[in-house]
Amino acid sequence: MSTVSGKRVALRPRRETTPVSRGAVMGLLGLSALYFLFPLWWLVVSASKPFGEQFSGTGLWFDGFGLFDNIARLSSQDDGIFWRWMLNSVLYCGVGALVGTALSALTGYALAKYDFPGRGALFGTILAAVLVPKVLFTLPLYLMFSGVHLIDNPLAVLLPSVVSPFGVYLARVFAAQTVPDEVLESGRLDGAGEFRIFRSIGLRMMLPALVTIFLFQLVEIWNNYLLPSMVLGDDRLQPVTVGLVGWNASHVAVPPPLVVIGSLVSVVPLVIAFLALQRFWRAGMTAGALK
Amino acid sequence: MTHLADPVRASAHRSTAGTSPPGRSRRPGSRTTRPGARRLRPLLFCAPFIVLFAGMYLAPIAYAAVSSLFALHRTGLGLTAPTARFDPLSNYTQALQDDAFTSSLIRVALFGVVQVPVMLGLALVLALLFDAKSARGKGFFRLSSFLPYAIPGVSAALVWSFMYSSQSSPINRLLEPLGAAVPFFDEDLALWSVANIVTWSWAGYNAIIIYSALQAIPSEILEAARMDGASAIRIAWSIKIPAVRGALVLTTVFSIIGSAQLFNEPTVLQPVSGGSISSTFTPIMSAQSAVAAGNHHYAAAQSVLLAVAVGVVSFAFFKLTERKGQA
Repeated sequence: MSTVSGKRVALRPRRETTPVSRGAVMGLLGLSALYFLFPLWWLVVSASKPFGEQFSGTGLWFDGFGLFDNIARLSSQDDGIFWRWMLNSVLYCGVGALVGTALSALTGYALAKYDFPGRGALFGTILAAVLVPKVLFTLPLYLMFSGVHLIDNPLAVLLPSVVSPFGVYLARVFAAQTVPDEVLESGRLDGAGEFRIFRSIGLRMMLPALVTIFLFQLVEIWNNYLLPSMVLGDDRLQPVTVGLVGWNASHVAVPPPLVVIGSLVSVVPLVIAFLALQRFWRAGMTAGALK
Repeated sequence: MTHLADPVRASAHRSTAGTSPPGRSRRPGSRTTRPGARRLRPLLFCAPFIVLFAGMYLAPIAYAAVSSLFALHRTGLGLTAPTARFDPLSNYTQALQDDAFTSSLIRVALFGVVQVPVMLGLALVLALLFDAKSARGKGFFRLSSFLPYAIPGVSAALVWSFMYSSQSSPINRLLEPLGAAVPFFDEDLALWSVANIVTWSWAGYNAIIIYSALQAIPSEILEAARMDGASAIRIAWSIKIPAVRGALVLTTVFSIIGSAQLFNEPTVLQPVSGGSISSTFTPIMSAQSAVAAGNHHYAAAQSVLLAVAVGVVSFAFFKLTERKGQA
């Protein structure tokens, strides 16, 4: 390692980048940032304008300040149902991702660390399930849930969202990488039971990886729209995505500026979680790409 | 129990050299648990997942497959409710002759053929730029491209619907002085307006996956190429892109699957599209309308056809890239 970096220093003058290539690279990167940030910039600017001014002007620069008034209006619309939706989203995502991560960890650990009858078949089935579009399950699930009267019941959203084949796949990869067999073996020699070994050794070593799985599931559940929109007709049970689309489609009943403000407020928690926990995303995506 | 389980255990140990058989070096009997129970213990770890997986993945597949074989039959003057009768081909022939459904399939295929290469091309270029020696402030650019991934699909579609809508479009406001305007919801343009939202949401995510694969290229190889006088573009083309082939195959397959389930974005845009996005714009939307019309057998048949189409395309793509890789 040290010899490589030594060479690097010695060679530096020969392959210093030219101003032309730097200009080209930075120009392209700048364009990409413009594309990706433009709609979000518009959203922040528009939500901060006084109520009713959301669609005036080019929408690219601040013009008066009404953010707090806007949030107050958002909170009072339909008896404050917006915050109820936010709470629902947080609950569905939090509970769903937590239970889903626990199930993925248990299964992935067992697949990586034990041999048992049907292991290959189970893993093959899970891999195949990763490749099936999830939306295809929504229609039959809806029909099955109406058969057992689970419509308008939070379980109809939670039960499907805790099953994550991709989470199991990641957990298996992570368990194989981070939990050495020798450590488990010494735990066994000390007379610890298998579940105890999992809890006190396996789980602890997999913890950073489990945060990654948790985050992936969180985004997936927060993103899910079709299933909750079908199984939750009662708007007091709906997550914020379903609620906002309902407002947007209603046109007259709910003023469009509220949809703009609601959209901004609804993405803030995810953006914060995302910025704060960046390194865990990278870890998960690296595993997904290389394995 | 014990005498039955032991030989099985022994053979299992032999067949799994290199993995991690429980208690490989440990004598049986050194524990209080019976060996047979021990061998099945891992299944207990998996049991909760298996049960839910069966209920939430396998059961719906079976349900849809069986349901699609029954067709609704209306009797007489349609005064009584229609009854479902076993008629395995009826829904499938209806679907294949249904112009709205077949054109939604063609539309999504066209979407996939254009949007997936454009998005992944963009993602690849971004990943190479993130990896370029000349780049500064890489962290900021990586983050800005990845940020849309944190925005839920329907929220992204809502925001873009304001970008597109004739009353609010900041893009058209900027173009106004030039006397130009983009008719985002034009009959011919609506599909590509949807494609843009999907690209915006996922290009950065895919770029980061490809970038992660780029990081795994041994620096000695890149160093050697540079010493041989290869230009940055040449190195990207001959070393970097072949090295991230696996990541490209993976992201392509996931993008194909994503295209097939296109639903959220067109559904959000539909009310403001002025009719260019119909209620049967994509196959999933078409199946949705069949459910809304009370015919879930027909919806099931459409879902099965879509699933088979996606399976065939993904499998064919895997096979195609596999052969190329070995040659």
